[in-house]
Amino acid sequence: MIAQLLAEHVPLLFAAVAVFCVTVYVLADGLDLGVGILFLAAPRDEDRDLMMASIEPVWDGNETWLVAGGTLLLAAFPAGYYVLLPAFYLPIVFMLFALIFRGVAFGFRLQAKRFRLVWDLAFAGGSLLATFCQGLILGGLINGVPVENGMFSGGPFSFLSILGVLCGVGLVGGYALIGAGWLIWKTTDFTQIFAREIAHAALILTTAMMALVSAWSAWSVPEVAERWFTLPNLLFLAPIPIITAGVILAIWRGLWGTWDPRTFLLSLVLFALGLVGLIVSLWPYVVPRSITVWDGASDPQTLHFISYGLFIILPIVLAYQAHAYWVFRGKTVHHAGGYGGGEAQP
Amino acid sequence: MDAVQLARLQFAFTIGFHILWPTLTIGLAWFVTWLSALWWRTGNTVYRDLMRFWLRIFALGFGMGVITGIVLSYEIGTNWAGFSRSVSNVIGPMFLYETLTAFFLEAGFIGIMLFGEGRVSRGAHFFACLMVATGALFSATWIIAANSWMQTPAGAVADADGIFHVVDWWQAVFTVSFPYRLAHMVCASFVTGSFVVAGVSAFHLWRGTHPAASRTAFSMAMWMALILTPTQILLGDMQGRNTMDNQPVKLAAMEGLWDTTKGPAMTVIAWPDMSEQKNLYSIDIPHLASLYLTHSWDGEVKGLKTVQPSEQPNVPVVFFAFRIMAGIGVLLLATAVAGLVLRLRGRLFSARWFHFLAMGTTPLGFVAVIAGWTVTEAGRQPWIVYGHLRTADAVAPVTAGAVTTSLLIFFIVYNLLLAAFVWFAARAAIKGPADSAPPSAEHPGLDRTNVRNLASSYTSSPSRQPVGGAGHAGA
Ligand code: HDD
Ligand code: HEM
Ligand code: HEM
Repeated sequence: MIAQLLAEHVPLLFAAVAVFCVTVYVLADGLDLGVGILFLAAPRDEDRDLMMASIEPVWDGNETWLVAGGTLLLAAFPAGYYVLLPAFYLPIVFMLFALIFRGVAFGFRLQAKRFRLVWDLAFAGGSLLATFCQGLILGGLINGVPVENGMFSGGPFSFLSILGVLCGVGLVGGYALIGAGWLIWKTTDFTQIFAREIAHAALILTTAMMALVSAWSAWSVPEVAERWFTLPNLLFLAPIPIITAGVILAIWRGLWGTWDPRTFLLSLVLFALGLVGLIVSLWPYVVPRSITVWDGASDPQTLHFISYGLFIILPIVLAYQAHAYWVFRGKTVHHAGGYGGGEAQP
Repeated sequence: MDAVQLARLQFAFTIGFHILWPTLTIGLAWFVTWLSALWWRTGNTVYRDLMRFWLRIFALGFGMGVITGIVLSYEIGTNWAGFSRSVSNVIGPMFLYETLTAFFLEAGFIGIMLFGEGRVSRGAHFFACLMVATGALFSATWIIAANSWMQTPAGAVADADGIFHVVDWWQAVFTVSFPYRLAHMVCASFVTGSFVVAGVSAFHLWRGTHPAASRTAFSMAMWMALILTPTQILLGDMQGRNTMDNQPVKLAAMEGLWDTTKGPAMTVIAWPDMSEQKNLYSIDIPHLASLYLTHSWDGEVKGLKTVQPSEQPNVPVVFFAFRIMAGIGVLLLATAVAGLVLRLRGRLFSARWFHFLAMGTTPLGFVAVIAGWTVTEAGRQPWIVYGHLRTADAVAPVTAGAVTTSLLIFFIVYNLLLAAFVWFAARAAIKGPADSAPPSAEHPGLDRTNVRNLASSYTSSPSRQPVGGAGHAGA
């Protein structure tokens, strides 16, 4: 009896952890991809210096959640891994190329004196392309993936869809919003003013695309429409769009507010709501519309083995990542001497 | 070429490129940690300068390692879907634990290691370095465990669909070849790191720049090399004998041994001809291979012909890669011993020819590592999970066209990256340790946070010039 209950609920528990990892990834890397998206729009080179410096100590930690998501999928829901990755082969490899470019830009831009523009372009272009590719993958997921005999059965371009393009543009807007919120929080003066101004554009784009993506997927994917628009689901789910609208309004009204973290924190909430909506549309599939959370989970003994890592080590990881953010808390600013003379500051 | 061969080529290229960076950073991380400890305990600024200098080169290599590594973790799915489907229950948790115990540890402390000096205390900086260096070792441990399981699988059974299920985690992680492979790989990183430090220091000794720091670093590196190179050769020998027991065909390919022989000779050099199944133009030393492989004059060693030619790996590739690695091992040992002789005669810092030689050894560790992995991986063919899963059955349902496109882009992008790395690392290395401020100070007056400086920022001049005096004072 209990064993039966466990067998049913254990995959759910791991699915929750997977969703948690994806959420942390989207929120954390969203902020530094967002800063990258806004990079070239910044008016002055000093702004760019500050923007990059504000994410430099944390970007590696943020991107590690991408690896965590991938390896967790492989360990806990292998079906998702070996079906979805080939299905999204091209957007994934292009996302990786883009992440390579923006990753090396961190190391090389600081050292470069002559070809700075090259690294500026690599950083901004990489951030933009990586985000767009993630959007393509998202759209492809909502559309569903062709599967035969438990393996991916489509072609190299079967991920491509209008929905994917819409999601790509929407994600660019959304990450830009998070990035702008981060900059409002972490910078001052001119850079902060720039961030406040560009946040308007990002918010408008995000809102428009959220609406468009919802409408388009409801119209073009019958399973999604059925999930949202039949009774009683409609009643239960109605609060999601309503709260979302409220949050958007709150962001808009707070853009020039005095409490700097406001835009950033609210845009995280906005993203979290978007993810809730996504889960509603896709539940309970690992591979949309063909492999469920229960069918796709790995062996019980494998899940048991990784549970130690997920439930003991992961909280510790979160604690010291938070600590790293804390060490580099406060505003990122220019100051003299570069480096405090190598002495410890209290 | 078909999709299988293309996928192999792509994987070999991308993983071969990736392993260069861990090889560099595993060694350097411990070197920097050691320097940070010395600076903390002694307050001698030579150690601080050296630490900042090597941190900068470490940072470049670390960045390259991270981004090329992310590629790999996804490539296993995109290119090797059959493989992931079959072994995910075994390999998946190891990769996940690598992320949880190693990558997160590194990522959590790398910011403090690179940018934290001056922001946290010296002791705390040392601790951050220690965590990053430990993370690199954990990473090596898990990934080698995964690879060793593929070489000598244990603790898991395959069902009718070819899916592996773990019955004993202890056996699956600690396979028979794992301890040897881990020790040999980690030691390889330290050896490579030692010769990189020695080479760069030798350059400054040779030019007469930064004498104090260069002498300290050169001396440390040559001591390390003296201890580690013989250890590496010893570990290699032990690993070879382990391979003889568990993967006799691979060992036969390494030795170029076709027939099962009692008291086999060591083949110094030859051309192994696979179509004729024999060596051409070979130079042999009688009984020597028997001595180091079986530790006896007339021990029996299995030959390649114990299996069908179709079951043999590509013999020339394995054979020559092994000779490149072992040859470099001997060369590095000779260099380390020459360093000892010079030191005893008091000429370590003045013998210019030796500084020249040391500069030449800088890239050799990397070459040996690539050669070593080529032996390991190519020697295992045609199996991807030795004796259980064939490489040809492991690929993903993606088209040759898609793989070719991405392979081509990888090739171009990685070569550009390498060029950029060499350019920036060489510039930093040539500039040398003395005036090297921490990476964060490369930029005029950039601080990563500082609440106390808020008021003064940007107020006087929004130009790229540092803004007067705020940073030091902590205002
Ligand atoms: C002997 C050591 C070793 C070996 C054999 C490998 N790696 Fe590695 N890897 C490291 C040692 C390492 C490292 C030193 O720990 C790195 C370099 C920089 C870093 O953060 O960790 C790393 C980085 C790194 C990253 C980036 C982690 C991050 O986000 O911080 C990934 C995803 C991988 N590796 C994955 C792999 C895979 C899938 C491999 C083989 C199939 C592999 N590595 C071989
Ligand atoms: C005379 C010296 C050496 C000997 C006898 C030796 C021996 C070996 C052997 C037998 C293998 C094959 C492992 C297998 O069967 O799977 C191997 C692999 C390898 N070697 Fe060496 N080695 C030597 C020097 C070096 C040096 C100098 C380096 C690097 C600095 C190095 C790095 C590697 C690496 C990275 C591998 C692949 C990883 C592994 O499987 O351990 N080796 N070595
Ligand atoms: C980091 C050090 C490693 C290096 C440098 C390396 C190098 C190589 C090389 C040269 C090949 C091509 C062999 C051939 O095609 O004949 C190869 C193949 C392969 N290796 Fe490794 N390897 C490493 C570690 C690993 C690890 C840790 C794994 C997996 C857990 C792995 C999995 C594979 C796979 C899937 C292939 C493709 C199949 C094949 O062609 O053998 N390798 N690797």
